[in-house]
Amino acid sequence: MSTATDRRAPDDKVVPGETSTPPGGRSGRDALSEMSNPHRARAVKDVVAKVVMWAAFVLAVVPLVWILGTVVAKGFHMLTTATWWTGNQRNINSDDFGGGARHAIEGTLQMVGFTALIAVPIGILTAVYLVEYGRGHLARTISFTVDILSGVPSIVAALFIYAVWVTAFGFSRSGFAAALALVLLMIPVIVRSTEEMLKLVPNELREAAYALGVPKWATVVKIVLRTAFSGIVTGVLLGIARVMGETAPLLILAPYTKNFQRDLFNGNFPTLPMMINQDRGDFALATAAERMWGAALTLILLVLLLNVIGRVIAHFGAVKK
Amino acid sequence: MAKRIDVTDLNVYYGSFKAVEGVSMTVEPRSVTAFIGPSGCGKSTFLRTLNRMHEVIPGGRVEGKVMLDDQDLYASSMDPVTVRRTVGMVFQRPNPFPTMSIYDNVAAGLRLNGVKNKKTLDGIVEQSLKGANLWTEVKDRLSKPGAGLSGGQQQRLCIARAIAVQPQVLLMDEPCSALDPISTLAIEDLVNELKNDFTIVIVTHNMQQAARVSDRTAFFNLKATGEPGRLVEIDDTTRIFNNPTEQATEDYISGRFG
Repeated sequence: MSTATDRRAPDDKVVPGETSTPPGGRSGRDALSEMSNPHRARAVKDVVAKVVMWAAFVLAVVPLVWILGTVVAKGFHMLTTATWWTGNQRNINSDDFGGGARHAIEGTLQMVGFTALIAVPIGILTAVYLVEYGRGHLARTISFTVDILSGVPSIVAALFIYAVWVTAFGFSRSGFAAALALVLLMIPVIVRSTEEMLKLVPNELREAAYALGVPKWATVVKIVLRTAFSGIVTGVLLGIARVMGETAPLLILAPYTKNFQRDLFNGNFPTLPMMINQDRGDFALATAAERMWGAALTLILLVLLLNVIGRVIAHFGAVKK
Repeated sequence: MAKRIDVTDLNVYYGSFKAVEGVSMTVEPRSVTAFIGPSGCGKSTFLRTLNRMHEVIPGGRVEGKVMLDDQDLYASSMDPVTVRRTVGMVFQRPNPFPTMSIYDNVAAGLRLNGVKNKKTLDGIVEQSLKGANLWTEVKDRLSKPGAGLSGGQQQRLCIARAIAVQPQVLLMDEPCSALDPISTLAIEDLVNELKNDFTIVIVTHNMQQAARVSDRTAFFNLKATGEPGRLVEIDDTTRIFNNPTEQATEDYISGRFG
């Protein structure tokens, strides 16, 4: 890019005692032809960059489309059967066709809802502390802890809850225990995304509120959180999506059941990832395989639905222009 | 509704950095006092100490005394939130709350402090928007977002928002620096009207503006970069611009430096 400038530099330098190139002497033509070169080089770079970016885009999209296409193609049939949305898997063996997924859908929603109920307030309040109040040692420690937490593999979180909840406290495995592990996975996602959104709120808005004699807590609640609202909602949904398909904590803490089970605190608990896992065991049987794809598609649709709901909420709460 | 400000020997620090040194001045009620001086000389910093807004920045603190009539703004029993309710502020860049309508912006200060009565709010919103010369332009679209107004209108909206909480003093930190000349004129006219009700202190980089709107002018300067800013002199505006006591003031006014 700089070659043209470099080449011309010695000519342009006026050495004392020497006259510089008289204007029009070496003429504008050289300059012009020199200028057309970098222009061509730029055009080439532009094309190269375009090709690379499109290639990267296609590379990223292909697997996504592939997965969606496969899951829809193989699982859609299941979703159109009458019992899928109403029934459960009770008394349905691997080589029986169909059955329902309602027990698992309800279970997943109930578990994730419970997880969000605990993790969202903790996450948002932590972020508010870090951005609006935290200074010095304590804030740095908390921020560091959140970083570590976000790097914890889900199976480690699950084993930690197992060690504390089941081994140390002596409770049995349950949907609630799995939800506790999911809380650990969800908190750092919420904290980080909320933190970013709060940092985006211009300081001028806080100052404007202070200058009106508004106390700090009211400024945070009514101005800062309100302005960042739609971004926070998006972050919460990312967190929910992150834990909804999480399987390791379920494998360890919430054994699957084919029945309806609405009690989060006692006994086995049905969830969609565990239903997928159950039928994966008998994948050779067409009936089980079909159920597996159906459950996978249902899980994807559930995440999609939550995202759409979140978008709508965020849209109505967004900053209006 | 307007009060006198008496500042005695005020030093302002950010952490260990001394930003402003040894300022003493009196600001008369129902008058406009302009602060002029080169960038970085501490005008804005000093202005912010008059409603304790400098404390929002970590490490900001003062030594000295600021009296609002007979109240000591820095008495240990004095709550900064109370100070800011009495001494309002308008900022350099218009900063209406982006989530709020025009009406809600003006009502924000009252609502956030617990005033809920619709009738009271309606009255104060109308009165404040009229006071800020914005009423006729926005009265048919009070429920539209405040951020949708032009820059000059946004700044008048911010002034309306500031006077809606009925302060005694209005501090303005370069309120016109982000505005075009027409909007600037509108704000200057407004300042002239507002001084009937409020004590106004305005920081400006525009010396013509200081000459046009203010009754008294204070000139701030610093000896060298890194040194704290200080008040060179304060006097009637006509005197500062025609026959200042200090050589430095004359140099600055006549454009010889700064």
